Amino acid sequence: MRRGETLVQWSLAIVALSAIAVLALIIIFIFKEGSPIIARLGMVQFITGTKWSPTRGMFGILPMIVGSVWVTLGALLIGVPIGLATAIFLAEMAPSGTSQILKSAIQLLAGIPSVVFGFIGLVILVPLIRQWLGGPGFSVLAAGIVLGIMILPTIVSVCYDVLKAVPQAYREGMLALGATRWQTIKMVVLPAARPGIIAAVILGMGRAVGETMAVIMVAGNATRIPVSPLEPVRTLTSNIALEMGYAVGEHREALFATGIVLFIIIALLNTLARLVARVEKV
Amino acid sequence: MAEIEALRGRCTREDNNRCIPENGSAVKIHARNFSFFYGEHCALRNVSLEIKPKQLFTIMGPSGSGKTTFLRALNRLGDLIPNTRHEGSLKIDGTDVYDSRIDIPELRRNVGMVFALPVALPMSIFSNVAHGPQMQGVRHQKELEEIVEKALRDAILWDEVKNRLNDYASRLSGGQLQRLSIARVLALEPDIILLDEPTSGLDPISTLRIEELLWELVERYTIILVTHNPLQAARIDSKTAFFLMGELIETGSAYDIFTRPKDKRTEDYVSGKFG
Repeated sequence: MRRGETLVQWSLAIVALSAIAVLALIIIFIFKEGSPIIARLGMVQFITGTKWSPTRGMFGILPMIVGSVWVTLGALLIGVPIGLATAIFLAEMAPSGTSQILKSAIQLLAGIPSVVFGFIGLVILVPLIRQWLGGPGFSVLAAGIVLGIMILPTIVSVCYDVLKAVPQAYREGMLALGATRWQTIKMVVLPAARPGIIAAVILGMGRAVGETMAVIMVAGNATRIPVSPLEPVRTLTSNIALEMGYAVGEHREALFATGIVLFIIIALLNTLARLVARVEKV
Repeated sequence: MAEIEALRGRCTREDNNRCIPENGSAVKIHARNFSFFYGEHCALRNVSLEIKPKQLFTIMGPSGSGKTTFLRALNRLGDLIPNTRHEGSLKIDGTDVYDSRIDIPELRRNVGMVFALPVALPMSIFSNVAHGPQMQGVRHQKELEEIVEKALRDAILWDEVKNRLNDYASRLSGGQLQRLSIARVLALEPDIILLDEPTSGLDPISTLRIEELLWELVERYTIILVTHNPLQAARIDSKTAFFLMGELIETGSAYDIFTRPKDKRTEDYVSGKFG
């Protein structure tokens, strides 16, 4: 009995460690491949350089960093309000039957491959933007909208679970004081759910920063810093995906270095968001 | 006039139920053949009873006897559970609470409720009490402070919390929290206060404090106390109703119910044969 226990414990530990080991190997590999060029150019030069021209040996990724930030902010601006509103409706207002049906419909969104989102954005959204708002259509706006829709399932389902976890006693306590349903939600349910809602935003943000395919198809991918939401943009992930196929030597190293920057940005965002969530909890 | 004053002055614990209400024989709450269903399950069956203004009325009965259902019908909190329906009438001041024209938030402000598990809304002690009046549109800080102080004093909590009003309410002890819940209800100046086993999670001393408090509050409010504990009903010593399996078995003064119950089931319950 005792021996069996130990065996199970060790096997589980090994499985857990191997998952972590894979992660560690990936990180080591990216850093090994990408750090030489950062060392040569200097980190500051690499991330503040505004020219990306591999054929002329110019590797500045500021346009892509700005691009990723813009596109992610756009996605959050669209996805978070809609997602949160949907979750509030489903968790607090809709009758449970309706809520179940709508919820599974939204989760179906998560199952649609990203290339399909990109395709729809390409044939519908991009021409619409070009026609009504001007510019090439391939733009920060197009990428933001597509990503905003893509992060909806994450935002909705996490927010829904968080709202459902708010103790019923809070709602009853407020309603018994003569609060309307909306007052109850605004004053008690949302504040109690705030840390979880922030977690939902982090998850959505992670998805938006990391998404590649759909963005490539609608963002235009120009290596310039966009000055308006209607201009084309290239993100960090797009940069790697677009050029990895033919990159050699220094160019290849620069793409791995882009990966390092991406990795650091995501780690920083997560830490920051976690800190915010913790401050909110007190 | 002086006579009435004198009469009121004599309204002590013992004869509260013989007190003459201010407006003669008025009935505050009147249930007639009231039934309540959760889906197919009948939780209350043909309950008829009358509660007078400024009366302390105790409903006792074991779990599942329908006493909480009755309370939650009075402030329409039963509506939160889907698939419920009622039959018969349940009137407060002559108006049926299930009248379609009734403003439910207004009804709930008028019929305050204290729950079995004390609820600390996730905010400060001050805000917990000030919240109801704030939703009512009271904005002046000065006015809010007065309301909060009065409610906390009436709930005998003021002296314990006056120096820490901005602390999180969840830091209070269970007994304090339950008195905070009462203060929260008092701040809305309701007509009726419903208490659903308010002391079930409290120690004996906190319980006694709340029981004492009820006798002070009943001079200004109509109070319905629900308890599963016959000993508490005996201590409270007010007009008492005994509920069992969704039916009202009998009502009477606590003295009558405990010393000469009319129904065998009441006798079994108060003598501790079940419950």
